[in-house]
Amino acid sequence: MDILRFATAGSVDDGKSTLIGRLLFDSKAIFEDQLEAVERTSRDRGTEYTDLSLLTDGLRAEREQGITIDVAYRYFATPRRKFIIADTPGHIQYTRNMVTGASTADLAIILIDARKGVLEQSRRHAFLTSLLRVPHLVLAVNKMDLVDYSQERFEEIREEFTAFASKLNVNDLTFIPISALNGDNVVSRSENMPWYQGTSLLHHLENVHIASDRNLTDVRFPVQYVIRPQRATDHAFHDYRGYAGQVAGGVLKPGDEVVHLPSGLTTRIASIDTFDGPVEEAFPPMSVTLRFEDDLDISRGDMIARPNNQPNAAQDLEAMVCWMADTSKLTPRSKLTIKHTTRTARALVRDLQYRLDVNTLHRDEEATSLGLNEIGRVTLRVTQPLFVDDYGRNRLTGGFILVDETTNSTVAAGMIMETR
Amino acid sequence: MLQRDYTTSQLDVLEAEAIHIMREVAAEFERPCLLFSGGKDSIVMLRIAEKAFWPAPIPFPLMHVDTGHNFDEVIEFRDRRVEELGAKLVVASVQDSIDQGRVTEQTGRRASRNRLQTTTLLDAIEEQRYDAVFGGARRDEEKARAKERVFSFRDEFGQWDPKNQRPELWNLYNGRIAQGEHIRVFPLSNWTELDVWDYIRREGIEIPSIYFAHTRKVFERDGMLLPDADVVQRGDDEPLFEAVVRYRTVGDMTCTGAVQSSAATVEEIIEEIAATRITERGATRADDRASEAAMEDRKREGYF
Ligand SMILES: Nc1nc2c(ncn2[C@@H]2O[C@H](COP(=O)(O)OP(=O)(O)O)[C@@H](O)[C@H]2O)c(=O)[nH]1
Ligand SMILES: [Mg+2]
Repeated sequence: MDILRFATAGSVDDGKSTLIGRLLFDSKAIFEDQLEAVERTSRDRGTEYTDLSLLTDGLRAEREQGITIDVAYRYFATPRRKFIIADTPGHIQYTRNMVTGASTADLAIILIDARKGVLEQSRRHAFLTSLLRVPHLVLAVNKMDLVDYSQERFEEIREEFTAFASKLNVNDLTFIPISALNGDNVVSRSENMPWYQGTSLLHHLENVHIASDRNLTDVRFPVQYVIRPQRATDHAFHDYRGYAGQVAGGVLKPGDEVVHLPSGLTTRIASIDTFDGPVEEAFPPMSVTLRFEDDLDISRGDMIARPNNQPNAAQDLEAMVCWMADTSKLTPRSKLTIKHTTRTARALVRDLQYRLDVNTLHRDEEATSLGLNEIGRVTLRVTQPLFVDDYGRNRLTGGFILVDETTNSTVAAGMIMETR
Repeated sequence: MLQRDYTTSQLDVLEAEAIHIMREVAAEFERPCLLFSGGKDSIVMLRIAEKAFWPAPIPFPLMHVDTGHNFDEVIEFRDRRVEELGAKLVVASVQDSIDQGRVTEQTGRRASRNRLQTTTLLDAIEEQRYDAVFGGARRDEEKARAKERVFSFRDEFGQWDPKNQRPELWNLYNGRIAQGEHIRVFPLSNWTELDVWDYIRREGIEIPSIYFAHTRKVFERDGMLLPDADVVQRGDDEPLFEAVVRYRTVGDMTCTGAVQSSAATVEEIIEEIAATRITERGATRADDRASEAAMEDRKREGYF
């Protein structure tokens, strides 16, 4: 059994909570006491139906205002897979939450109300999904029961959305007509839509192939922590020196020739260690400890790659950033801390090339700043080289965060677009 | 060459993520500590710490907030495990906080030291100058927890502000703090109760005996089975009876209920959990039943 992480997007009333509630309920991940609590609260408030959104809206302010403020994580499993849902609110003021949820997602579900069709916000959700390079996208056309399960309506929406998506980086796009309320095509195929030849949503989630979404080609091992047991549990480890980290790309094997960055020196992997014994290969997302044949000076923030396949050692970065702070703005000359893989440095915003209108994709080259939830293209100068890849090639070596040096808040997410 | 698809099982993914989180903390903080209660989540967390730094010893101390109302079996287990690992254990005692007048003991039948722990915990963090504190909380436990970050920022009063959390993207965690602030770190955020049990089975990890079915004298209160113990005040209208029970969570004797069960092995527990229809907190924790937002309120104050 493996894990599929997916994010859900949709605007208020498209049926997101109902859909999640149904997936959880039908997979028995909602427990009786949770359901009772929700029923009790719904009753107290005079709501006629059981409001499943109360299951996901966890904070007092959210329940009081009937809105979803923040990303909530939900878990369910079927015999085939474990699922982690990042439930992100849909409004434009929550763009940062959707970006957060999408950053680790293997798949995104965008909900559309069949009566309303493709709206501005559906396009925004699709754009963010492609910007964050979520490998698989599902467009769930919901409330089919309210359009008489009409194939014509579904096809109309499909055509319109496909035309728009062709402008984006979407590799795998699937359309599924559903009724979250009645359960049509959610867990099993619906008899109300015999014209639909595809699988149910859950079947798709269970079977979508994600193993090859990771980058297994370019060896990237950001050194996280140096293990040197001073008080080894065993004398055999007295001279032990291992480099611990989580593989960010490629497949590593003992005997492989590797290059250490920033030194550029090469050596071979002597052994790949874990608590449970040495392993024959390591690949994402394994956390392992490498030992090398030669004694090199290696520390946290360094990178291990292959001599003939190295990331760019860059101090000038071209990136798309999403600004996430409400108390400050990004402007040219802003100084920030940048965190990329295991390396932390300082960054200066050299230039804001344009601000992107996330609804129309229009580029405003006159823009002089980025505010909360705004996305734009920037040039950064970093105090020391970062070992980067294009975000489209590797999300782990292409993504970074920016931190405000006074408030210590995380103020932006960045995606490296083009390395020089 | 054989084609492989490099599929990774859910437990391996969760373990790799938790190890990564632990190493980030060890690399970036000066004085981390790991909360170890002897409960199953903290036992799993401790095993992950062992794995993350092997063959070096765990590079931070363990801390237990001892209410004085713990099960003997759990304290005995705690001490044995600490000794096996050669780890350093700091015990922060609620009784000491009471004796020093930092908190006032509740009275009456429902008296519990659960809420008092927060003061003891925060005092210990301040005194020991811990800047990162590992907790075994999981997001599937409770709906306020479902919103909490892996690196959860606490201000100088130890408070959590759910509306002002740092965005967390990819596997990049922001641990920057000012003096007096700290980060609570939850490496098991993405684990479910079943994952924890599957892991305990897979790893062959030992757990305290009260997790397995045993015969115990109990009485019923609010649909929960509470144990017969000196620290638990029982009314005349709450008769004792013997039952075959086990615990799904391990907390204070005063507020942790047992469930009727004959599951005597980890396998049987997993079978039982897979079939159960009530959450572990709903079944066994009086502290969460107080109100819709009981956990959110306690967390805001600085609770685990
Ligand atoms: N008829 C119909 N109503 C639906 C469907 N899905 C959701 N709804 C209703 O639409 C309303 C909003 O749903 P909700 O799940 O709260 O939407 P959210 O704001 O996206 O989370 C509720 O009254 C639901 O009962 C559907 O498939 N068909
Ligand atoms: Mg909702």
